[in-house]
Amino acid sequence: MSIVIKNGRVIDPASKTDRVADVLIVDGLVAGVAPNLSSPHAEVLDATGLIVAPGFIDMHVHLREPGFEHAENIESGSRAAAAGGFTSVCCMPNTKPVNDSVTVTSYIVERARRSSIVNVFPIGAITKGSAGEELAAIGGMKDAGAVAISDDGLPVMNARVMRRAMEFARSYDLPLIQHCEDLNLSAGGDMHEGAASVRWGLRGIPAAAEDVMVARDLVLAQLTGARYHVAHVSTRNAVAMVQYARRQGLPVSCEVTPHHFALADVDIHAYDSNYKMKPPLRACGDREAILDSLAAGAIDAIATDHAPHPGSEKMQEFERCPFGIIGLETAIGLALEHLVHTGKISLTRMVELFTVGPESVLRLGRGTLATGAPGDVTVFSTDLNWTYDVNQSPSRSRNSPFHEHAFKGGPVATVVGGKLVWQRG
Amino acid sequence: MHAGLLGIEELNRAEIETLLARAKDFQPIQSQTVKKLDTLRGKMIVNLFYEASTRTRTSFEIAAKRLGADAVSITASGSSVSKGESLVDTLNTLAAMRPDAIVMRHSASGAPHFLARHLRAPIINAGDGLHEHPTQALLDARTILDRTNHLEGLRVAIIGDIVHSRVARSNVFLLSKFGADIVLCGPASLLPVELAQLAEGVRLTTDIREAIQDADVIMMLRVQLERQHEASFPASEYFRFYGLRLEHLDLARPDAIVMHPGPINRGRELSSEVADFTRSVILNQVENGIAVRMAVLEKVIG
Repeated sequence: MSIVIKNGRVIDPASKTDRVADVLIVDGLVAGVAPNLSSPHAEVLDATGLIVAPGFIDMHVHLREPGFEHAENIESGSRAAAAGGFTSVCCMPNTKPVNDSVTVTSYIVERARRSSIVNVFPIGAITKGSAGEELAAIGGMKDAGAVAISDDGLPVMNARVMRRAMEFARSYDLPLIQHCEDLNLSAGGDMHEGAASVRWGLRGIPAAAEDVMVARDLVLAQLTGARYHVAHVSTRNAVAMVQYARRQGLPVSCEVTPHHFALADVDIHAYDSNYKMKPPLRACGDREAILDSLAAGAIDAIATDHAPHPGSEKMQEFERCPFGIIGLETAIGLALEHLVHTGKISLTRMVELFTVGPESVLRLGRGTLATGAPGDVTVFSTDLNWTYDVNQSPSRSRNSPFHEHAFKGGPVATVVGGKLVWQRG
Repeated sequence: MHAGLLGIEELNRAEIETLLARAKDFQPIQSQTVKKLDTLRGKMIVNLFYEASTRTRTSFEIAAKRLGADAVSITASGSSVSKGESLVDTLNTLAAMRPDAIVMRHSASGAPHFLARHLRAPIINAGDGLHEHPTQALLDARTILDRTNHLEGLRVAIIGDIVHSRVARSNVFLLSKFGADIVLCGPASLLPVELAQLAEGVRLTTDIREAIQDADVIMMLRVQLERQHEASFPASEYFRFYGLRLEHLDLARPDAIVMHPGPINRGRELSSEVADFTRSVILNQVENGIAVRMAVLEKVIG
């Protein structure tokens, strides 16, 4: 079985490739990148005028299976990923039961093998039940396929537990991903604490809630030597601290979501729960700092934090709605709109943020089109005009603030292991 | 604009002036022997109160009846709310009974704004969480105007639990549109600095004496303990630093009035002597509440 992707502009930062060429994939692996490639019986995908990149990796999604299949499952989430140009996703452990054991990790791996059209890599919990007290079966989960550990959404508040978790993460050579939020400072909050929250009478989540935990964790990362990754960084101070720690030589990294570089609290439609997420949309100054950090190369990856919630849960009073929005299908469009078209970063840098960036954190053996690499390819356009209709989403949920947003550029075709799994209709 | 009344912030000065003028027309009716008009005869108003309320609910009910409308009041306990029905479903059910307006109070900020996007019946906000209480601001303005004839250049001190107060927000939005100087005063943890950005002409102080200095209007707010998720100020010394006492009034203008949206807590936010003080207009506020709500109901339904 083989496929050849013809005449696209191939951008593969890992191999420093940027030229018009064909990409040939044979038996699921990249067989070559060169002009005029062909292979007998190969399926042909014309990519003239399009960008051909290594398969994009989303290192932060919620697939809701097991336990919350009314919001999403591995199959529907994987189709949303493919429609967003992602060939690999890493799913957070806040399922029911929590992915804190070999059993659950194996279940997710097996369900993905049967039902997913993209690669699914589970992230195991740091603590049992993500309760923040007792360490989960970290080594066993790694053997079962977990690629990182995190108590995403339920950050480890106890510094002593965090220290121990980092020690184990280091010994198993797993990255530890933290959702940085001091729960005492954020308690009761529904949006970023600032002029907008005060005006609307909504309780605030101060930027300090994130900053305090990032600061603590960076000190612990220094103490333990763990590979530490800040999920969805959203504040000026947090990105600065990660930068500082990196300059000290610590193996730390961070990701940013498209919504945090695209929107600030002033953009929220008052009391519209499609703008409610954690971390919250921050102040304009924070958003600018995120954009500047992306431009300066201080952020490692773009990750969506795709967080499906069914309409019944989002159709409520703002303060009662759960946090989170879906984001797989809009990530490339938003990155082009806010980062590339504005000249903040180059197209190559954007591709890095979706490929070698997450790869350097997770070490999946992907994110490149080098010969012999897995045949995962993302084909996207930089100028296609399209409008996002959330009601057509393969996701089971509809919670997006970007419904009816007009994009310039977006995913066109997604190839996973040499198989064309999605193509724009 | 939504056909109801969600807040003061989105009203312009002319719309507010019209309502206040109409409320003035309704004032004499309150003291007539026969108080009933037939302006809204045959109209149905549903009062849906998800939060405890005596004066606002009664006031809306009386206002509706004095305009000749029928009014039904529903409180959250004993309704489908306690059976787990969502807010949207409850409101859709009520809307299907074709009321001419729904007057609604809810503990969640923005609850009526959220519903207004999904519902055709006009919604009148009778207080949403920490956000707005538009008819309170209107009746406060009516009460001030009964004394001074103008709002421009007035010094208004609003003192107490500002951050949790929808009364404060609506009053700030209204008074600012008319060019008043507004001083917000309270303990630091109840007075976030961002309040200064609510509107033009707002400044903040944690010193009650500074707030009252040369004030024309002193609005005292209740400490909303039920909205505190934490012990964010030392309650034991609240009255000492933020309770209004007679001696404070010497700092204000000689004809300054004292207001309070109620319910008052004597000995917590104001002394008993201040509550009964000759220039306390707390009961005038209550009386004006009916006239103002008649004006609002007439505008929304009439």
